[in-house]
This record gives sequence, structure tokens and C-alpha cells, in this order.
Amino acid sequence: MGALGVSVRRVPPTPSSSRGRGPLRRRLAVGVLVLASLALITLSFRSGDEGAIAGAQDAGAAALRPFAVGVERVAQPFRDAYAWVESLFDARSEAERLRGDVRELRQRAIQAEFAVRENEHLRALLRYLDGPRFPAEFRPVTAEVISFPDNAFTQAVVIAAGSRDGVRVDDPVVTADGLVGLVSRVTASTARVQLLTDQGAAVSALDLRTNAQGVVRHARGTRETLVLDRVRKRDVVHVGDEIVTAGWRSGSLSSLYPKGIPIGEVTYVGDTDTDFFKQVQVDPYVDLGSLDAVIVLLPLARGR
Amino acid sequence: MSVGAVLRAAAVVFVAAMLQTVVVASLVVGGGAPNVLLVAVVSIGLLRGAVPGALAGFGGGIVVDLATLDTLGVTSLVLTLAGFWAGRYGETSGRGRRLAPVLAVGVITVLAGVFAFLLRYLLGEEVVAEHALVTALAPTVVLNTLLALPVYALVRALVREAPAAPPAREVEVIA
Repeated sequence: MGALGVSVRRVPPTPSSSRGRGPLRRRLAVGVLVLASLALITLSFRSGDEGAIAGAQDAGAAALRPFAVGVERVAQPFRDAYAWVESLFDARSEAERLRGDVRELRQRAIQAEFAVRENEHLRALLRYLDGPRFPAEFRPVTAEVISFPDNAFTQAVVIAAGSRDGVRVDDPVVTADGLVGLVSRVTASTARVQLLTDQGAAVSALDLRTNAQGVVRHARGTRETLVLDRVRKRDVVHVGDEIVTAGWRSGSLSSLYPKGIPIGEVTYVGDTDTDFFKQVQVDPYVDLGSLDAVIVLLPLARGR
Repeated sequence: MSVGAVLRAAAVVFVAAMLQTVVVASLVVGGGAPNVLLVAVVSIGLLRGAVPGALAGFGGGIVVDLATLDTLGVTSLVLTLAGFWAGRYGETSGRGRRLAPVLAVGVITVLAGVFAFLLRYLLGEEVVAEHALVTALAPTVVLNTLLALPVYALVRALVREAPAAPPAREVEVIA
């Protein structure tokens, strides 16, 4: 009671406009947005790839594609600069053998290097397309990579080619260096490619030198390491061996991947008493973290 | 918010979302990539309040889900809550603190990462906790925190802060 009659300071109102509208309206607004998000997730799941939500998403993706391509073009020099700096740091940690290359890289003008890199990349793709390593029974569709996964959960990229170019779900995707992954979703002008390093990816593969067979999967808990799983203990695998796609065929069924596409090099072979299979670690040939362009392999048997 | 401020905020969110999906998401440093859209949404929340923050998060999330052909609504749900939390923090204890953007971005990056992990786990996606919550999240927190002040300054220059609060009034308690 002694405090009565004295003046006390009231907590000042917050500056935000949302405060002025009252807590109820604020909660209502965020509640509506959360409910809208949950409704979209539910509809997206229930309708699958064929429903109205998928159609709307395809239309939205198509509308965003020009922006994505534009931003990609504008950002390319900066990405190249970033890649250049990153490669510089990597080179410093490598052996003496690579230091000469680093000095040589430093002497080049950055702009000239951008042009050389792009040129080399395109030439490699062309050599691959015209060379004997390109799988028969497939025709290539070359596509630019226009977006990367926004989170740590998905290992996928979006490419600037879609059903209009003949791309279908489950078409294999490669570069001149080797296997990239599989088309997992297609819109008219874009397609989503599930990378080899995705948790859900699995490829029948074999050791090119010893013919040991297994399944290439993503190594759990890592970003870009693969394992050759299901290799029997009696099979022989050595560090340095080349792992390629097996491309099996059984009656009318066949592997989604053509035979002989390079996947990676064996970097570790383990054998413990408790495991049924050998533990084989594979370093992918393709740098899946910095893809610029890829080749989608379209089966010739499917037609155009 | 005025129409001009709304348009500028929408442009900021759209550009940030496109940059994130096309460029920034591929800049992996130490196992994780920065999330410039999350930082932009938190900045808008701090500057304009909870509702504009939530709206910016919802819009930016939709753009990302469309551009990456991901499950529609997942990113928007995560960013809606991120923008709302940032807005509430800005409206209450974060008001006037110089390092509020850094603190908000750091904490919300962790919360958003954990929430996104739980959400994707509930949706049945195969996710590895160690990778999602340690290997990728730790560098993302560091990178986002480094981006916090420059992105906040840029967003403040473009969107501007909400009008200042009226001076505190005194009340007389009468018996």
C-alpha cells in the first residue's frame, strides 16, 4: 500500500507495426501462414507427381526458370572466382607435386582462366559425346545445372532440360568424368537429378579389374563419399581399382544405368570378422559439389 | 508497411531466394553452405516485426520449394517460423541491441536446422542426424553469423526499419 500514489514507468510499446495490430492479429497471421504451409505439404504428399499441386509447382518452376538461368549467368564469374580460391586452398594442402600447378594457376589472369575452364569443360563433353566411351543405344541431351539443394538433406540438382527435350524420370545422368545420378522428377523445361550421394541412390557396379560386384551407395554421415556395398569376402578389390556401372540385364528387365560408366576409384578396402561383406570406400570421379553442365542419356529405343 | 516497403521487401526475398538456390547453396565450406535467404528473412523480421517476418519467410520458402522442385511447403514452414521468431525477438528483448542480428541469426539457424531435420524425418525422408545436425549445420551457423551484419545492413538500407516507438508514458497509480 505504501507504493500507492507514486508514479511508475510503464513498459513502452514496441515499435513494430504488427504490435499495433494486437497480439491476436499477429497470432492469427502466423497461424494462417503455418496452416497454409502444412496444407501445401499435405497436398504435395497426397497428390504425388500427377496432382494439381504438382502441376502448380511445375508451372511455378517453369516461371522461375528464366530468373534462375539469369542469376546463374550473372553469378557464374563469382562462382568461378570462388572455385578458384577454393582450389587454391586445396592445392596448398596437397603434395609438393601440385605446387608447380598452383604457381602456374596464380600467374594466369582470372578472367582468362574463366574462359579456359569453360572451353575445356565443353570440349571434354564434346570429346565424350563423340568418343567410344559414350554408351551405344543412348542419345545425349546436354543441360546446364541451374540450382542446387537448399539443405543438407537432399543431394539433388535441377537442370535446364525437361520433358520438352525428351527427358523422362529414371534417365541416367553423366558428365565426361563419370556417373552423376538419375532423373527423379521432370517438368516441361526442368528436371531434378538425384545425385549418387543422395541417401536413396543405389547403383549396381563392378570392379573393372577384378569383376567383383556390389552396389554403390552413399556413405552415411558424409557428404560426398560412396561405398561399394555387398561385395563378397571372397571377391578381390584393391585400392586404386576403377568402379564402373554393371548395367545388368535379365530377360525383359535391365538396369537403369548403361554398362561401363565410370563411377569412382577405390580408396579403402576393409575386411572384418563381424561383417558379411567387405567394406569398400569409393571416391567419385565427378565433383558433385561443383557441377556446371551434365549430359542426360536418353534411350534410343524410346524414340523422340 | 507502405506499399513501397512491401515491394522492396518482396524484391529482397525473391532475389535472396534465387541467389540461395542458384549460387549460395553450392558454396560448401567445411561441409555446410550459408543460407542467405534465412539471414534475409531474419533481418526483415528484426526490422519490420513478426508478421512481416513470417510473410517474408513464407514467400521466400515457396520460391525455394518451387525452384528446387522440393516438397512444397517444407521450406516455407521453416522460414515462416524463423521470420516470426526473429520479429518477436526484435519487438521485445532484441530492440536496440547492436548485436541482435548476429545473435538472432545464430540461434535461429540452429533452431531452423533442428526443426527442418525433425520435419523431414516426420515426412519419411531418409536423413542422417549426425550429418544434418553437426557436419552441415555447424559450418552453416558460422557462415550465417558472418553474413548477419552485412545482410542486415543491406536489408535495412533497402527496406528500412519500422517507425520508432512513441516515448514511454508515465501512469499514475491511484488508490
